[in-house]
Amino acid sequence: MPILRRSRRLAASVDETLAGVLQWLLLAVLVVAVLLPLSAILGKALTDGDGQFAGFMQISKTLSQPGLLRAISGSLQVAVLSTLLVVPLAYGYAAALCRVQLPMRGLFRLLALLPLLAPSLLPGISLVYLFGNQGLLKEWLPGGSIYGLTGIVLGEAFYTFPHALMILLTALAVGDARLYEAAGTLGAGRVRQFLTITLPGSRYGVVSAALLVFTLTVTDFGVPKIIGGAFPVLAVEAYKQVIGQQNFAQGAVIGLLLLLPAVLSFMLDQRLQRRQQAQLSAKSQPLQALRGWPARLLALAFCSLIGAGLLLMMGTAIAAAFIRQWPYQMTFTLAHFNFDQVDGGGWLAFGNSLRMALATAVVGSSLAFLGAWSSCKLPAARLGSNLLHAIAMLPMAVPGLVLGLGYIFFFNSNANPLHGLYGSMAMLVLCTVAHYTTTAHMTARTALTQLDPDFEPVAASLKVPLWLTLWRVTLPACLPAILEISRYFFVSAMTTVSAVIFLYTPDTVLAAVAVLNMDDAGDTAAAAAMATLIVASAAVVCLLFALLSHALLRQHQRWHQPAAH
Amino acid sequence: MQAYRSLIAAALSLASCTVFAETTLTVYTALEADQLQAYQQKFEQENPDVKLRWVRDSTGIITAKLLAEKARPQADVVMGVAASSLLLLQKEGMLQPYAPKNVQKLSRQYVDTAATPSWVGMDVWGAAICFNTVEAAKQGLAKPESWKDLLKPQYKGKIVMPNPASSGTGYFDVTAWLTLFGEKQGWSFMDKLHQNIAQYTHSGSKPCKQAAAGEFPIGISFEYRAAKLKEGGAPIDVIFPKEGLGWDLEATAIMKGSKNLAAACKLADWSASQSANELYEKNFAIVAMPGIAKPSPLIPADYEKRLVKQDLHWSAQNRERILAEWTKRYDAKSEAK
Repeated sequence: MPILRRSRRLAASVDETLAGVLQWLLLAVLVVAVLLPLSAILGKALTDGDGQFAGFMQISKTLSQPGLLRAISGSLQVAVLSTLLVVPLAYGYAAALCRVQLPMRGLFRLLALLPLLAPSLLPGISLVYLFGNQGLLKEWLPGGSIYGLTGIVLGEAFYTFPHALMILLTALAVGDARLYEAAGTLGAGRVRQFLTITLPGSRYGVVSAALLVFTLTVTDFGVPKIIGGAFPVLAVEAYKQVIGQQNFAQGAVIGLLLLLPAVLSFMLDQRLQRRQQAQLSAKSQPLQALRGWPARLLALAFCSLIGAGLLLMMGTAIAAAFIRQWPYQMTFTLAHFNFDQVDGGGWLAFGNSLRMALATAVVGSSLAFLGAWSSCKLPAARLGSNLLHAIAMLPMAVPGLVLGLGYIFFFNSNANPLHGLYGSMAMLVLCTVAHYTTTAHMTARTALTQLDPDFEPVAASLKVPLWLTLWRVTLPACLPAILEISRYFFVSAMTTVSAVIFLYTPDTVLAAVAVLNMDDAGDTAAAAAMATLIVASAAVVCLLFALLSHALLRQHQRWHQPAAH
Repeated sequence: MQAYRSLIAAALSLASCTVFAETTLTVYTALEADQLQAYQQKFEQENPDVKLRWVRDSTGIITAKLLAEKARPQADVVMGVAASSLLLLQKEGMLQPYAPKNVQKLSRQYVDTAATPSWVGMDVWGAAICFNTVEAAKQGLAKPESWKDLLKPQYKGKIVMPNPASSGTGYFDVTAWLTLFGEKQGWSFMDKLHQNIAQYTHSGSKPCKQAAAGEFPIGISFEYRAAKLKEGGAPIDVIFPKEGLGWDLEATAIMKGSKNLAAACKLADWSASQSANELYEKNFAIVAMPGIAKPSPLIPADYEKRLVKQDLHWSAQNRERILAEWTKRYDAKSEAK
């Protein structure tokens, strides 16, 4: 009997050692996938063409080019205008969803999240068909050309809207009804209440959303690539240097420039979030949504307008994919889906994208969940946990374009033993997992911290191995979160262009990259067709996941409900 | 299609019980996507032991990529890339001289002059303007007949042309204007043309495709794309400006250091063969092998005479200087790449 007990104790400690090893392994993966490529960029920016250390020579050389200053100011203009356009619209939309009894609330929510299913190239394509010289609504844009600032800002607005909305929904979801009651008693009107309670209460959300829109816009190159025309922006400049002129050192310097706003806004945002937490107290009363018909009507009109705009942008590219020859032969055709005669890799690219997205979903959610689990549930390994968490948070501040550049410099070096991965599907998957790891990590952590922290100690005291607790308790309890993470990885991998644009080969070409190359060659209809395929597959996968998660919730999550006595 | 074909290939090799030592050649190309398939099919049919893996982009991108990879070349063969670009690679010592089997049957002027040529021409591609007649009627635009016509104020914002830094078509337009009008007048012509240009595109095909779609009524492009789109029913006229047409050779070369030299030579041989030239003929009015070309209703009979007297060596030697000057003057209006 004592012998048995001893061996069990030993097993437990072996468990913990193994878990520690796992943690360091995960850490190693993150270092290779995130840290080393990023340092490679810095190295590249500080060396000359032959790899000799050149100090700040390369940086000052790049900065002194007149084109670059124009691109910087162009990017700033685009980002400021997009932020000013998107944040108020998203705020209004979020307020209508959260604070008003809106009819068809679920539908409007879904509508606003639609842009997430599309690569950022899609709004560009739609804008050409809507406001281009042969555009359906060309008259709405008197005198101006859609190619340039106007087009970029409109496209970025579409692309960033759901991102801003999600933050503002969270910010506006909670509120203290007592404040409004008090204000009402004191005679404050609706406008005054909004200005003195609602707006200040959600100010962190507003800043957060603004920072996100700003960063997404500065670092996105899909929209300006398609619709930018003559207008210079930084992200496209980086792409031009690297792909067009194979000037990697200058690309690296521009990459560092792009990193700047992203890192700054990330740091600012982190500080704000810490302050935000203490807003609600236990005494707060839940808000009642506004029921008066003027508010409901106004909200409905506003949301319908925005929703229609989003639907129009989404629908135009999809419709164009089925039209024989815009604007001369407006008849239905499937011919544009026969990609044999155009650039871009066609169905191979689409198949590759599906495979890549699937692999990213599986690998990404395993890594993210295990990483979050080991950083939450292994109290013994403090150092590893903290490091893991810190590195997992980093990619949020790294634009895809910059990460992609880092991958070229890191993996395409002869000195790197992992050189063999260069250009392979495995590297594309690794890069995409790294790119989107932060959100996944945070989702997994949230789910894990919601579980009772006593599970592990209790299980350990009952001599249940750590792995068994993970398998029997933690994993099933977190299943909805894991599904959510997989879906997020899949959809992101289907739609991303920014990181992978530098990394594909003819064998591993991806659908979103094909959209870009088709548009480049002037095959806009084929580009629209490929973008349609991306949207359709992302939508189908979202639907599948929603059904799966619904079924799982009903089957396995009974414990969430209060126990029946 | 691809899978289907390899399935048949697999079935055939099983049936005949022979195992091919199959080589995959990496071929960098600037050929049009809709030309590649026919070439690949024919070549692989005649050389079943070699498979082609294309890396396709516009001339400027392919050239920059090849130069950037000089230390560690990734390509085995370059096929269908402008001779003015191959001359640059030749100067850098990156090409493997090789005389393909049929080379003596080709027109001398379309083959590298060295005893063992470093590159061998396939066909000539040359400038053409695509002019959308429907949009022109709507907007009251007269049909231009010459390059100088394009400077008229009525065409402001109506013309698209390829960026010479990325497109081979764009580059021979620029060198032709410098040749036709002289260095100083040439740049002043482009300064004025720039006032009328709506966009500089990445690819040489896109201006004609945009003209065909009516997005911009006038596209400076090349004759293959123009003819193809007109055949497809686009409402365009194909114009060959009367001062003369810029042109370049599409050519094939083997990269020095290719690990698949034997297979690379097979592709070089095929590229100079009659069956290859018969395929080129379907796309171009002038091919390297004399007597193959047939008249086409869309291409004027005296097409070869209309080409500018242009020295490709001069185009190659001055490429960097001309592109730097061009970029400095006009790049703000250029599409990415």
